Amino acid sequence: MTTPTTWRKPPFIASPVLRWAFYIAVAIYLVGTIGTLPIDWERASEGLTRAGRIFSGAFPPSFARSDLMITGFMESLKIAILATVLGLLLSVPLAFMAARNIAPKPVYFVGRGLFILARSFHPVIVAIIFVKAVGFGPLAGALTLTIYSIGFVAKLLAERIEEIDFGQVEALRSVGAPYLVTMVYAIVPQIMPRLVGLGIYQLDSNLRASAVVGIVGAGGIGSTLANAFGRYDYDFALAITMVIVGAILISEAVSGKIRKNMT
Amino acid sequence: MLEINNLVKRYGKGAPVLKDLNLSVQGEQLMSIIGSSGAGKSTLLRCINRLVEPTSGTITLNGTEMTTLGAKDLRRARRRVGMVFQSFNLVDRLTVMENVQSGRLGYISTWAAITRRYPAADIERAFELMERVGIAQYANKRADELSGGERQRVGVVRALMQRPEILLADEPTASLDPKTSEQIMSLLRDLANELNLPVIINIHNVTEAKEFSDRIVGMRYGRIIFDDKPAALDAAQMDEIYAGTPSQDRQDMGAVA
Amino acid sequence: MDWARYTPAQRMKRYGAFFGVALLVTWALGSIDVIWEWVWDAPVQLADLFTRMVPPDPTNLETILWATWETINIATIATMIAVVLSLPVALISAQNTTPNVVCLWIGRFILVSSRSVNTIIWALLFVAIFGPGIIAGIIAIMFRSIGFLGKLLGEAIEEIDHAPVEALQACGASRFRVVLYGIVPQVMPAFFAISILRWDINLRESTVLGLVGAGGIGIILQGAIDTFQWQEVSMVLLTILALVIVGEVIASALRKKLL
Repeated sequence: MTTPTTWRKPPFIASPVLRWAFYIAVAIYLVGTIGTLPIDWERASEGLTRAGRIFSGAFPPSFARSDLMITGFMESLKIAILATVLGLLLSVPLAFMAARNIAPKPVYFVGRGLFILARSFHPVIVAIIFVKAVGFGPLAGALTLTIYSIGFVAKLLAERIEEIDFGQVEALRSVGAPYLVTMVYAIVPQIMPRLVGLGIYQLDSNLRASAVVGIVGAGGIGSTLANAFGRYDYDFALAITMVIVGAILISEAVSGKIRKNMT
Repeated sequence: MLEINNLVKRYGKGAPVLKDLNLSVQGEQLMSIIGSSGAGKSTLLRCINRLVEPTSGTITLNGTEMTTLGAKDLRRARRRVGMVFQSFNLVDRLTVMENVQSGRLGYISTWAAITRRYPAADIERAFELMERVGIAQYANKRADELSGGERQRVGVVRALMQRPEILLADEPTASLDPKTSEQIMSLLRDLANELNLPVIINIHNVTEAKEFSDRIVGMRYGRIIFDDKPAALDAAQMDEIYAGTPSQDRQDMGAVA
Repeated sequence: MDWARYTPAQRMKRYGAFFGVALLVTWALGSIDVIWEWVWDAPVQLADLFTRMVPPDPTNLETILWATWETINIATIATMIAVVLSLPVALISAQNTTPNVVCLWIGRFILVSSRSVNTIIWALLFVAIFGPGIIAGIIAIMFRSIGFLGKLLGEAIEEIDHAPVEALQACGASRFRVVLYGIVPQVMPAFFAISILRWDINLRESTVLGLVGAGGIGIILQGAIDTFQWQEVSMVLLTILALVIVGEVIASALRKKLL
């Protein structure tokens, strides 16, 4: 037996036919999509001059109308607080509905379906619908972020309920406690820390999201930003963006710190 | 030939881990360093290829002064020093062949390294060595699919692929069961003889050290307090190595107190 | 003997927190700029809107599906480019692979600025620069994704097992080859998981780019809303729902296959 002098790494897809089919499919997709992108070079070079104009218009950032900014920011904060509280309150019953170990099958499917629905739509889409239904302003924003909160909190809460210690439930059932009492005394204390943690996390993400849904008219600092952009006040827009970024960094740090202290 | 003179290693501002250590290795095929944990065995070994930066002193390997080399020359020098580790230190998600060939990483082109198109001579030598230690059939397996003994064999082959002038083994059998441990030790001894390669082994197991070594060095608190043939290691010296504080350090401590 | 669930200090803390939340809510409710009649009217309005949305109208289904395809492409292309661009950023912003402190801070700056600005805000900017269309959308998604991918990948690099790296250094391999053989294989699973996760997120984000003019299905949604064609709106919403769910299924299938 002679010692081999060649060696190839075993390919990720063992079958050569499949492997080449995969490569070709990827190549076709890339050529077909990137190749047909409507890149208008003239437009792009024009874009660069426009970018220059935007950036030169944006520097230095203008804090001249900071009262407008503060009002917008406080509105975002209010929207975030109300949406978080309302979202948490609604999430609890929904989470019970969507927990496999306590809800009957049909209820379980309804619960799951509701928060899959809540999670699937980007908050901006939800916001634009609410804006149409209830008008421009913070109300649409608060409703949007309530839905957004439910999609996240209810899902994780349901997962927490599914992993609770069932011994406590059985202990209370065995002393003949009624259903609701069982739930409150056996399950709520177990999920409470999680609920508080999720609430703090959600307040942080609602604050972020409120900056975005405002762009389609749902109130808060996002609306201020969209207005500034629409009026070509790029220096004010940059100032607002800087404030948003700063607020997000602070809120992330604070929420991270609180959650760390809790555990 | 390896020559270590006045080697001192101190981490941060603490007491030195190696205290003015002198050691000369020549002629012997397999030398074991014994001593309890914290005696400085591992630091000594890592100073030789400067995985740990010595504080002062000189280390000369076949005429090359290791302690003063710049980054590029150091890489060149490291290729001449093979190393085998306690926890094997393989890249788990790569195949055995890739792990073995990583011993040649200092020699091959970047393109060959990326595409895994290793030179024919390297592949041939890899298969020969793997055949020799009994892992040739695993060339295409991922490293984490192998047993401990097999993984350490991969580690040994990787080091030998460098065509080293000296092989350092840091507790190579400490993660293995007794039977596998014996196999690896005898493999190292046999390879040392076949390849005429000096091997320095850090080891906890004194019985194995006595059985397989040509020379035993005992360390205690960063100093060498025993250096002789295995037969010369008796119970009293064992006690000295593993229990007592060396007399010199006792004086040091007395001076401080 | 009295039995109490919490120590007095704990109880005070809990009451305090509860009181604080109540205060915040009161402040927010009291000063928020809404017309309360509208609030009470909201359920009626929503129900009304809903009745106008059913049944969904599939006449423009072909256009909708074409826009959906465009949405998928925006997400996919942007994710691919962002993955490639985030690799060097991740490498220089991980403690154990960064060449020097200057690079570390440049890397961190890129990550923070990319992550803190939302996709939609990026899209606003790029629509202003490149004009409305799919290009602005792709670049916006890309800009936002680099920070996300780079941060998570950088963390994965920081968490690797250092032992194989040490072994490769002992072999005399150069820095680049140590990364190639010692680090890349270790972060591969995280790399795929993070990329798939971001693709899934980007699919959702691409559905709204059109609302600021940056291409995809959002443009049709915006058009239908502006012309009050609520049955078409519901058709678009159903398509988005299907897209997102299918995307999630594909993502979890890929995850299972690759990891």
